[in-house]
Amino acid sequence: MVAEPPGFFAGLFRSLVRGIAKLGAAVLFLGDILRSSPYALRRPRLLAEQVHNTGVLSLVIIMTSAFFVGMVLGLQGFDALARLRQEDLLGAVVALTLLKELGPVVTALLFAGRAGTAIASEIGLMRATDQLSAMEVMAVNPVGRIVAPRFIGGVIALPLLAAIFSCIGIFGAWFIGVAVLGVDNGAFWTQMQEFVSTEDVREGVVKSIVFGIAASLIATFEGYNCPPTAEGVGMATTRTVVTTAIVVLILTYIITALLL
Amino acid sequence: MIFSGLDLTIPQGRITAIMGPSGTGKTTLLRMITGQLAPASGDVRVAGQSVPGLPREQLYQLRRRMGMLFQNGALLTDLDVFENIAFPLREHTRLPERLVRHVVLTKLQMVGLRGAARLMPAELSGGMARRVAMARAMVLDPELLLYDEPFSGLDPISLGVILRLIRRNNDTLGLTSVVVSHDVEEIAQIADFCYLISGGRVVAAGTPAELGSSDDPLVAQFMSGAADGPVPFHYPAEDYRKELLGGG
Repeated sequence: MVAEPPGFFAGLFRSLVRGIAKLGAAVLFLGDILRSSPYALRRPRLLAEQVHNTGVLSLVIIMTSAFFVGMVLGLQGFDALARLRQEDLLGAVVALTLLKELGPVVTALLFAGRAGTAIASEIGLMRATDQLSAMEVMAVNPVGRIVAPRFIGGVIALPLLAAIFSCIGIFGAWFIGVAVLGVDNGAFWTQMQEFVSTEDVREGVVKSIVFGIAASLIATFEGYNCPPTAEGVGMATTRTVVTTAIVVLILTYIITALLL
Repeated sequence: MIFSGLDLTIPQGRITAIMGPSGTGKTTLLRMITGQLAPASGDVRVAGQSVPGLPREQLYQLRRRMGMLFQNGALLTDLDVFENIAFPLREHTRLPERLVRHVVLTKLQMVGLRGAARLMPAELSGGMARRVAMARAMVLDPELLLYDEPFSGLDPISLGVILRLIRRNNDTLGLTSVVVSHDVEEIAQIADFCYLISGGRVVAAGTPAELGSSDDPLVAQFMSGAADGPVPFHYPAEDYRKELLGGG
């Protein structure tokens, strides 16, 4: 059945309103998390556990992906630069791409798939099995005890993961460019030093911190507010990945436009 | 609208049963007592305080004087039995570890599960999980203990254990207990007073014996478990004959 045009626009309008309402709810939720975070900060063991869960357990997927992304950049970069007879610039091109853009963005996307889904489904299942209610009745604020440590853990872990991603990626590009395709080793590193400035690194750091906040907020928000059913938990994990991907890609454009 | 014109009083130091057909909002009623839900109008008073209007800090203070047993136990799945029971102590007190251990083991002994202290919730049977949850609900020595469907899905032995524990906790610890349930026979054994809720209001109140001999058709249907009566067997539907013959 095809919707009538007025119905189509009414539907579009309704989803727009729903989207804005959800954005507002997420901002209020962020406020709630920040108000409850002193509770989490007083319990370093809880935080360490979550940095381990979101960060350390994501290392394998981050490092493997980074190495292959770096090798692809090495191949494609070499191919493009060779046409301009500028193979020596490979180090600079790869480093700029990774530090400013690919490192933070791809890390955030992988983070959503690995850690974000885990957070959303864990909190969602706690909701579905009344564990969050039980905490409330025991006079323990679940936002402080459950949500805030996971949020802060993610905000700490993602920038570190992004830094590791960029380093391994550069190594992957070096491996293909220098060790396999024969770019001069000295040129690879000196050109990188020449063209990569502190501002470029800063742009990546800013992005990875913003993505850390966005990805952790989306995962905890979806998990905490999911319908308490098996289907609800499933939908929450799916929405975590989809929403994080879209939000990160929009944010990276906005930040790039602002900083350039 | 779930309740309208609902008015009931829980006597102190007794076991009060709140009964009614499924879907009448019995769990909602418990959640209003704990302040997790607020009524659109009207008031809920616990220990002289109006629950809906309390600011978070005071509400949390009040909740420390209550314990609640959830339908499935609602144990924290990432902590073992011992840590689950220690959880309220660690959150709300600064007791030395030796004392925490002492209190937890005492509560576990009461529900007969001291030997299960290091098991994880996933390793427990339904009845055991509910006993652990009971120990956890009692660990801060509450004045009011709320039970949400404590008998559903238990084998006869576990059920007998839970029944005895509810009665014994209430009498030895001087608690006030509220048991929400639709298991008429079980409730009749332990409750001092019963409320029967249906259609958003109290339809009958009295001791189990009084309700059992009531000649109100709804009360009689509920107490005897008849399939049809004032609560119809059929969910409201269009005329059977018309629907079958009408095609579709």
